[in-house]
Amino acid sequence: MKTVRVAAGQGFWGDWLEAPVHQVEKGPIDYLMMDYLAEVTMSIMMKQKLKNPDAGYARDFVPLMERILPTIMKRNIKVLANAGGVNPHACARAVRAVAEKLGLAGKLKIAVVSGDDICGRIGDFVSKGHSLNDMDSGAPISKIQNRIQSANVYFGAQPMVEALRQGAQIIITGRVTDTGLTLAPLIHEFGWSFEDWDKLATGTIAGHIIECGAQCSGGNCSADWQTIPDLARVGFPIIEAYDDGTFVVTKHEGTGGRVDLRTVKEQLVYEMGDPHAYITPDVIADFTTISLQQEGPNRVRVSGIKGRPKTPFLKVSVSYDYGFKAAGTLVYTWPDAVKKAKAGANILRTRLADLGLEFDEIVTEVVGLNSCWGPLTDIDSPDIPEVTMRVAVRAQEEAPVERFTKEIAPLVLTGPPSVTGFAGGRPAVQQIVAYWPALIPRELVQPKLDFI
Amino acid sequence: MTTVQLLEIAHARSGDKGDTANVGLIALNPANYPLLVKYVTAEKVKEHFRGICLGKVERFELPNLGALNFLLHQSLGGGGTLSLKTDAQGKTYAAALLKMKIQLSGGDKIAIS
Repeated sequence: MKTVRVAAGQGFWGDWLEAPVHQVEKGPIDYLMMDYLAEVTMSIMMKQKLKNPDAGYARDFVPLMERILPTIMKRNIKVLANAGGVNPHACARAVRAVAEKLGLAGKLKIAVVSGDDICGRIGDFVSKGHSLNDMDSGAPISKIQNRIQSANVYFGAQPMVEALRQGAQIIITGRVTDTGLTLAPLIHEFGWSFEDWDKLATGTIAGHIIECGAQCSGGNCSADWQTIPDLARVGFPIIEAYDDGTFVVTKHEGTGGRVDLRTVKEQLVYEMGDPHAYITPDVIADFTTISLQQEGPNRVRVSGIKGRPKTPFLKVSVSYDYGFKAAGTLVYTWPDAVKKAKAGANILRTRLADLGLEFDEIVTEVVGLNSCWGPLTDIDSPDIPEVTMRVAVRAQEEAPVERFTKEIAPLVLTGPPSVTGFAGGRPAVQQIVAYWPALIPRELVQPKLDFI
Repeated sequence: MTTVQLLEIAHARSGDKGDTANVGLIALNPANYPLLVKYVTAEKVKEHFRGICLGKVERFELPNLGALNFLLHQSLGGGGTLSLKTDAQGKTYAAALLKMKIQLSGGDKIAIS
């Protein structure tokens, strides 16, 4: 039976740099997929591109390719990565330059998927009656139109399938879905129809399982975490897909971590909405149809998946300027560490009020007590050895946030005793780029495919 | 009456979508899934997360995985980049749900795995 192996190399921009190297070197794979783009990543990249027209992509990707290019070309492993961000052509040129340095450029075919950037077309869409309402609040985009920093449509597997058909070795994309990076090779290899909804749903769920890297192979697992072996050398997941429409989740022999029903189930429910309708540009997948079976050590078979036709819309991710925020911290110790932290925060709040500063929100947390779970764990005890006071503020204007950052350190000499942890200096003011999810009729935006 | 902490019979993972947190709660032994369905209702979860979840709680059932999925609306201080919370993505809400205790009634018994 034909088998296709798709390996996950990165679960986000900033993930473990050794993982993709291990994936191509420690055992057989056919494809390496790497997900780099989170919702706000595009706006960071857009700012970089404004300063430098050759920037605006995941820079880590280029030195990584330099490390693995000789191996992937020798073993004919294809790479799919949405590392291109807002400048996939520049990313592809940088990879080609690296290939030339290694003397491997002659045979290398790099595909670029773009067309997802619709930032310059928002006004046109709005004037034609597409209000691009916020999917959460329902508000029309006109509310934030003058503050938009980036706007990108999520493409699915289709343009990457076309790139594979044309012989691409490396596919660098702008905004495509995480799941599409895994689904595309399966469509290509097995010749699935773009209307075989069950198969598309199967490949999509395979993609969902591995899109967060080791989070399905033992990382961040709440079941028996202390028994999971050798997380220091955790094996990233691999989908072993078969032409009967089933697949196995596994990892390379000799790597750390664990693939079992529990690790796979935890990843399946991660960021889940309505399990009956997991919507992507390719298909609507039904998570209640998934059947799991442990068929050997570190091998989980997935089968039975059903899908429904895709929707007539594509999702748009718009980022826009929202305002400013900062967070300051100080450490207080026994006795009465919690009381001291709360008193310190109250003094700080009083001073901010006396200065007449206006904030949209001020949040006080006592790290070590209630920062994650609020009232669920807010139980004071005089014996707690130490806690961290954390106060965070947000405002539309920069000035009040800037002034706030100067009010933390004074507490050391003017507030409760037994306090430390201010050596890092004043906290930084962060510009907030907010995220606006919307839908657009899919026929309005077409992906573009080039080879570099 | 038997009191059980969910940590003893379930595992969980949580994540975010805007200002909504999701918590997937999975029976360690699938035989205990019916207990989760019966006792871990949307109302109980809303009560458990009082002061954190300011919106409604939705519950979805996945009998094929022995799992429940909860959506906790308005739970992340605005969500994403706006949030001032340490845990702006609700990554630790899974563990917070495992802290919850349920009281079994009548003939309900825990299957030992």
